[in-house]
Amino acid sequence: MSDPTPVTSPVTPDVPAPLPAPTASAEPASLADVATGPELASAGASAEARREEAAGERPAPYWNSYAAGVALGLVLLAAFVITGRGLGASGAVTRLAAHTLQKTEAMAKGGTMAERDTYARHNAYTAQYINDESDSLDDFLLYMFVGVLVGGFVSAVLARRAKLTISMGPHSTVRRRLLLATVGGFVAAFGARLARGCTSGQALTGGATLAVGSWAFMFAVFAGGYALAYFVRKEWL
Amino acid sequence: MEPIAPFAKVAEWGSVPTIAMAALLGVAFGFVLERAGFGDAKTLAGQWYGYNFAVLRVMFTAIVVAMLGLFGLGAVGFIDVGRVQLNETYLVPQIVGGLIFGAGFAIGQYCPGTAVVACATGRIDALTYMGGFFLGVLGFVFAWPALAGFYESSGMGRVILPETLGLPVGVVVMAVVLLALGAFALTHVLDRKLGNKPAGSVTP
Repeated sequence: MSDPTPVTSPVTPDVPAPLPAPTASAEPASLADVATGPELASAGASAEARREEAAGERPAPYWNSYAAGVALGLVLLAAFVITGRGLGASGAVTRLAAHTLQKTEAMAKGGTMAERDTYARHNAYTAQYINDESDSLDDFLLYMFVGVLVGGFVSAVLARRAKLTISMGPHSTVRRRLLLATVGGFVAAFGARLARGCTSGQALTGGATLAVGSWAFMFAVFAGGYALAYFVRKEWL
Repeated sequence: MEPIAPFAKVAEWGSVPTIAMAALLGVAFGFVLERAGFGDAKTLAGQWYGYNFAVLRVMFTAIVVAMLGLFGLGAVGFIDVGRVQLNETYLVPQIVGGLIFGAGFAIGQYCPGTAVVACATGRIDALTYMGGFFLGVLGFVFAWPALAGFYESSGMGRVILPETLGLPVGVVVMAVVLLALGAFALTHVLDRKLGNKPAGSVTP
C-alpha cells in the first residue's frame, strides 16, 4: 500500500488511497496492489515493482491460495500424525478466560487458584477448564496459541508485512472499524462456544476427519457470514 | 503392521514433548495463515463480497489434503484413525453456533486463528477483535446456566459422515474432493465475471 489515507489518529489505517473512479472504490485493496502481482511482474511495466520487491522495499505478495491450502493441510495432517489432535485457536482464549475469572476471584478472597468456593468452579462450563490446583496454564491449545503468534509474526517480518496499522475498507472510519471488530469478536465468541469450536477446531480439524457436526457448522458459518455481510457491505466496498 | 501413529499416543509421550510439538505446530499454523494473506481483514472480507476467494480456496484445499492424508495413511495401516481426535456432534447447537459465528466473522472480518495472526503482524483491529472475543467468552460463561440445556441437546456422539450417510469412507472422501473441485471452479467463474485478479496475485 503506497499512500494510506491520512487521518487524525496515531496509527495509519491500511486502506487504499481514495480514487475518483467509482469502479476503483468498489474494489478495495485492488488497484493499488496490481503492480506487485506475480502474474503482472513479467508484464514489463512492473520492472520497477520487481526491483523494489528485490530491494526489500515492498511487502511480498501472498502465496497462491491453493499452495497455501496445501501447506495448511500438511500442517493439519502433521498434527494428526504426530499428536493425534488437530488445530485450535478459540479453545485457548476460553481457557484463558476461565483462568482469569478464577484467579481474579481467588485473589480478591486472598486465596490461590485452588480456591474452591468461586464462581468459576461452581459454573460447570468454566470448571472444566480450571481443574488443576496450580496457576499453570499448561495446555496443548495455549502452547499452540503462542506458536501461532510467533509463526504469524515471523512470516510477516520476512515478507515485510509487519506494520502497526488498522485493516479496514476504503470508506470505513477508524472508530467504526474498531467498534465492529470488537462486536464481531464478541458475537463470534458466543457462536464458537455454542458450537464447541471455531474455524480451526471445527471447520478444519472436524472437516478433515469428516465429523458430522463440523460439516454442519461449516455450512452454517458460510450461511451466517453471507447473510450478515450484506448489512455491513458499506464498510468494505 | 501395527500403526505407529499418532506418535504421541502410540509411543505414550509425556506432556513436555506433546506441548513442545503443539507450539511447533502452532508456529507452522501461524506462518501459513499469514502467508495465505489471512493476517489482513481485507483478504478475509473478500470472501463475502466476492473480490477474493482465498478463504474458500485455502480452507477447502487444506481440508482435502489433510483428509486424503489421514484416511490414506489409515488405509495403509500407518496411522490408527480411531486414535485421532474426533469432535462430538451436537447438531442443532453447532448449526446455531455456526450461524452466529459466521455473523461475527462478517462483522469483525476475522475468525480467532486469523485474528491471532493479524495481532502478531500489528493489526490493531485484530487486537480489539480478540478483546471482544475474550468478553464474548465471558458472556457465554455467565449465560451458561440458561444455555446448558441447549448446548447439550441433539447429541449424536462421535459420528462421521460415512456413518450418517450409510456410505463407505472412500465414497465420502471422493465426494468431498469433488465438492471442493466444484467450489473452486465456481470461484474461478465468479472471478472472471467480477473481473478479479488471478488467485495468488493479491498483495497487502
